[in-house]
Amino acid sequence: MSPVAERHETYLAAYEGFARGRGQAAPAWVRERRATASAVFAKSGFPTTRMEEWRFTSVAPIAETEFAPADGVPAQAARLVAEVAVPDSLRLVIVNGELVAALSDLSHLPKGVRIASLRDGARDAADGLQAHLATTFDYTSHPFAALNTAFLDDGVMIAVAKGAVVETPIHVIVITAGDRPVVAHPRTLVIAGPSSQVRVAQTFVGAPGTVYFTNSVTEVVVEEGANVEFYSDQRESQQAFHVANLQAHVSARGVFGSHAFATGGRLMRHDIGIGLWGEGADCTMNGVYLVDGDRLMDTHTFLDHAMPHCTSHELYKGILAGKGKGVFNGRIIVRQDAQKTDAKQTNRALLLSDEATINSNPQLEIFADDVKCTHGAAVGQLDDEAMFYLRARGLNEIEARDMLLHAFAGEVIQGLQIPGLRAQIESTLFDALERDVKAPEAGRR
Amino acid sequence: MLEVTNLKVRVEDKEILHGINLAVKAGEVHAIMGPNGSGKSTFARALAGHPGYQVTDGQVIYNGKDLLDMDPDERAREGVFMAFQYPVEIPGVNNAYFLKAALNAKRKHHGLEELDAMDFMALVKEKSKVLGVDQDMLKRSVNEGFSGGEKKRNEIFHMAVLEPLLAVLDETDSGLDIDALRIVADGVNAMRSPDRAFIVVTHYQRLLNYIVPDRVHVLSDGLLVRSGGRELALELEEKGYGWLEAPAAGARK
Repeated sequence: MSPVAERHETYLAAYEGFARGRGQAAPAWVRERRATASAVFAKSGFPTTRMEEWRFTSVAPIAETEFAPADGVPAQAARLVAEVAVPDSLRLVIVNGELVAALSDLSHLPKGVRIASLRDGARDAADGLQAHLATTFDYTSHPFAALNTAFLDDGVMIAVAKGAVVETPIHVIVITAGDRPVVAHPRTLVIAGPSSQVRVAQTFVGAPGTVYFTNSVTEVVVEEGANVEFYSDQRESQQAFHVANLQAHVSARGVFGSHAFATGGRLMRHDIGIGLWGEGADCTMNGVYLVDGDRLMDTHTFLDHAMPHCTSHELYKGILAGKGKGVFNGRIIVRQDAQKTDAKQTNRALLLSDEATINSNPQLEIFADDVKCTHGAAVGQLDDEAMFYLRARGLNEIEARDMLLHAFAGEVIQGLQIPGLRAQIESTLFDALERDVKAPEAGRR
Repeated sequence: MLEVTNLKVRVEDKEILHGINLAVKAGEVHAIMGPNGSGKSTFARALAGHPGYQVTDGQVIYNGKDLLDMDPDERAREGVFMAFQYPVEIPGVNNAYFLKAALNAKRKHHGLEELDAMDFMALVKEKSKVLGVDQDMLKRSVNEGFSGGEKKRNEIFHMAVLEPLLAVLDETDSGLDIDALRIVADGVNAMRSPDRAFIVVTHYQRLLNYIVPDRVHVLSDGLLVRSGGRELALELEEKGYGWLEAPAAGARK
């Protein structure tokens, strides 16, 4: 076993301690799921670059850092919440894996929405929780999701009743923070009942400049005819490690949209898996990521077309500067039964420096014969002629570049249906760009 | 206003302009004519500061300043405008939004207050009428999906809003039918003023029926071989460029 894989021993020891101590309060089914997940993680250990799915991303820096289990609500949490809070939304704050009522704002709970911490939900046998928690996907091939599940303790459950149309966006703020490097395993479960509609956003944030490890899992259940728009904004500290897994199970005529924005983290690994498990389901899977310095962002998407007459649209845009490294793997499987599938995947990357790199890999596996499946990948630089055109009208180099980058990312940002969040994401994106431009020496060092 | 002395320009490894001399005064319209490949567009792009066009020798003084020392955007903010021969399509960048940013960059440079959206739209409304630029063209991405005529009209519209002191029109007539040509020429003529100069680069005499030049220069193989009044353009129309490309070019008359 490699040194990286062996590092999981400390996590297993921590699990044993958790299972014998604080973890005992949970119902039996939760304890069982943790034990199963812990066994999966014990077997796999941390992934190594010899594994196909992790070929370009070494998690050695995560495995080699000693993270203490995150606990409590540090003083800076309230300030972080204030920085990212979206007006006119239902606010749920998860700090170090726990739902914190004092920082959340549930004063205008819309009709048809039920919110519970996972701990309370499990204790009270909340509808759907036992059925869906840690069951929407197979985590045996996701070591970090298994690790998260082993430490399953709290988090949030958002359940939308059948037919409910929720106008107020639900905003989940996920904070990891401590006075030393900590690890947290935040968990979110969204259950959208038949024919319901809801928008859920997640913002991942931490104290700037601090080292920590967020290992998040989010499961979304889209029942028949439901419509869920899901946004994630990853703006962790530049020194943080961010591993997130979003898994959606979409039933017949369900609509699911995932819009992922990422600007933070020293190392990010984002896995998104969407299973279209009913006829006539539709999904959108879009994303924009910006990576600079010598950071790494790895996005692995997996779209499972299991049933006939489903459509999917995937559009990812990467902006890479400095010595930034990007990885994009877009897997689509069209199963034998999934006739009349219409799937489109586009993945574009802009390299703003000679030293930035991207490894981009579309991976289509098609077992049905009557399908439409297209993919396109392009890596390029900013268009020199367009730059000159804008500059010849009076915009300086930075203004011209920002305008082109804004246009590049705009196609994805436009899909963001929460204006307050959209404004935030646009400004984070430009702050990130500015950071890279204003300190080019630092970026190159 | 503009003093070009012995300007030599290279594109990649090839020298295209071999020493251009030209003086343009405020209020004047100069036409630069010449056959394909003579270096007309190279001259226009060099004035605008295109990074692919390397000046190897010579001097360009614009309103007392060294133009060649300025970045393209600084030239623009100082009042130099080039209407592109091939306006670039920029998907995702809204035409009006871009124009507002450009105008405000220039205003800021000159110490003027930036225009807000309402003042800007009022200005746009006034300028767009003359050029037949409709709301739709303003709302679309810059040049994206524009017809050839729309692109050229949009260039002149940008010029009308930015109000340059020196406007260089690079083959603005190419690809225009007679109606579009008239609209574009009207737009230019409306802007003629004692403190503004134009350099009109064109292959054909036709445009000069509408935009009447004070001086006409003939560019051949990277050199200005002939200069004259408006009648030179008519002579070129009649005789073509062949008679000027003879070895003794520029020696007669």
